[in-house]
Amino acid sequence: MRINPRFTDKFIRLILSCGAIFAVSILVAIILTIFVKGIVNVNAEFILSNPEDMGRHGGIFPSIMSTIFLAALSILLATPLGIGTAIFLTEYTRETTLTRIIRFGIESLSGIPSIIYGLFGFIFFVIKLGFGWSLLSGTLTMTIMILPTIIRTSEEAIKAVPNSYRMVSYSLSASKWETVTKVVIPSAAPGILTGIMLSIGRAVEETAVVIFTMGSALRLPTSLFDSGRTMAVHFYILAREGISMDKAYATALVLICSILAINILAYYLMNKMIAKYS
Amino acid sequence: MNKKNFGKENLIRYVLMLFALSSIFFLFLIFAFIMSEGLKLFFKVGLLNIIASLKWAPTKGFFGIFPMIVSSFIITVGALCVGGPLALACATYLAEYAGKKTKMFLKPAIELLAGIPSVVYGFLGVVYIVPLVREYLGGSGFSALSASIVLGVMILPTIISISYDALTSVPVVYREGSFAMGATKWQTIYLVVIPAARSGILAAFILGMGRAVGETMAVIMVAGNALQIPTSILDPLRTLTSNIALELAYATGDHRSSLFSTGVVLLVIIMVLNFIANFWVKRKVIKGS
Repeated sequence: MRINPRFTDKFIRLILSCGAIFAVSILVAIILTIFVKGIVNVNAEFILSNPEDMGRHGGIFPSIMSTIFLAALSILLATPLGIGTAIFLTEYTRETTLTRIIRFGIESLSGIPSIIYGLFGFIFFVIKLGFGWSLLSGTLTMTIMILPTIIRTSEEAIKAVPNSYRMVSYSLSASKWETVTKVVIPSAAPGILTGIMLSIGRAVEETAVVIFTMGSALRLPTSLFDSGRTMAVHFYILAREGISMDKAYATALVLICSILAINILAYYLMNKMIAKYS
Repeated sequence: MNKKNFGKENLIRYVLMLFALSSIFFLFLIFAFIMSEGLKLFFKVGLLNIIASLKWAPTKGFFGIFPMIVSSFIITVGALCVGGPLALACATYLAEYAGKKTKMFLKPAIELLAGIPSVVYGFLGVVYIVPLVREYLGGSGFSALSASIVLGVMILPTIISISYDALTSVPVVYREGSFAMGATKWQTIYLVVIPAARSGILAAFILGMGRAVGETMAVIMVAGNALQIPTSILDPLRTLTSNIALELAYATGDHRSSLFSTGVVLLVIIMVLNFIANFWVKRKVIKGS
């Protein structure tokens, strides 16, 4: 029997749309589950108080602060380094062997799985340099890990700035550096911010690297040499050791909400960037 | 430009170059330290006694990681079987069928999937997938199958967004040519668009594989971590990444070195995958120009 191609066409369309709907409903199901099971235990007290009895009771305040410290410090280090690299690659050089090697390095860094970063941070910062399991070791490892993202998004953003902007600046007798800092970077800012947002997301969600470099102490880190436990690590320990399902769901909810907020902001900035130049 | 300004510009140039070189420096540092720790043991007990031996008892001098290599391979292929077809269907729908409004909602939603932390995937796997497998298929539920399902969902966003880019970069004239010959939409997609985007789709699958091989926490939570070569998809298994993460905290001496050897093997696998993916993408670019 010959099947009518028009029928096949409709049938395939149905199957493909089912596939797309299924994929999205997995996302919705994941977020809904966490939300429904977590919301009953999330309140001001949970966010602002210290955990008691290994996290069975109390809140997650030190974990929230550890997460913020780790993300903020690594962004502080990686952003100048990343934007500087992007400026060098786009404005201060043309394609040479050197830039090809640098690009290869960036590509390779972004391909390395996080557990390898964990191994490296552990042997280098924690053991060889003697920083121990600390905020410092965690920050330095995370900085290297998020660097490729910041470089690549900044590079894309800088490349998207129309050349005429630079020409106008030069015609007003601005130097190269003045052009870069006063014209190119401000115009590329939304794109660069997108990269920073995505990197914050990565620092917040990462677990393996953080456990092996920053450790998992439950108190609030007060110096760079203190260990700390980020929300993702706290959630992992609560869930894996079966300490408290309620608290695990609640921690997951706070974690997911922060990541969603960061990603939505990044997406908004990216669209703003695209709208500006098209 | 006056002389003082020229000197300043040059200084800025060199500082920025130093910044750019830091990436190379970091890459070198990572390789140097992983390799120097990991290769020590390769020289001490021999390559084959590590990658081809079955026995893992690092405190007694047995460092065989063959079962873990096999396990990593199994769950990666499993993840591709679970996530691959679904991702391809999703990408095809988005690129070829979806209207502008649907696309505006679906694309960011799928990109958000990538932002969910891997521990959350692992946790939900433990709470929902593992009991389901235990109840309907038997075994403990902590199994290659559960890990494949969880990883399959995790690699969806990677495969979808890269295949989507590959599909949309096929020139419209290809499609118009096919329509002009009287082909239906599906015939056009199946016989023209997908073959033209083939290399990009392959690259997407390979990068998805890379993500599955490198994933750690989610796998530890659902795979059961038993030291064996699994004989069925319901057996528990331990991957290369889980092996590192499970034992690093308390390992010392040769035991610690053996975990770095595991890392070296993992790094080699990932590098080969990335190389293949890059090769495919480059070929596509050359073909397209």
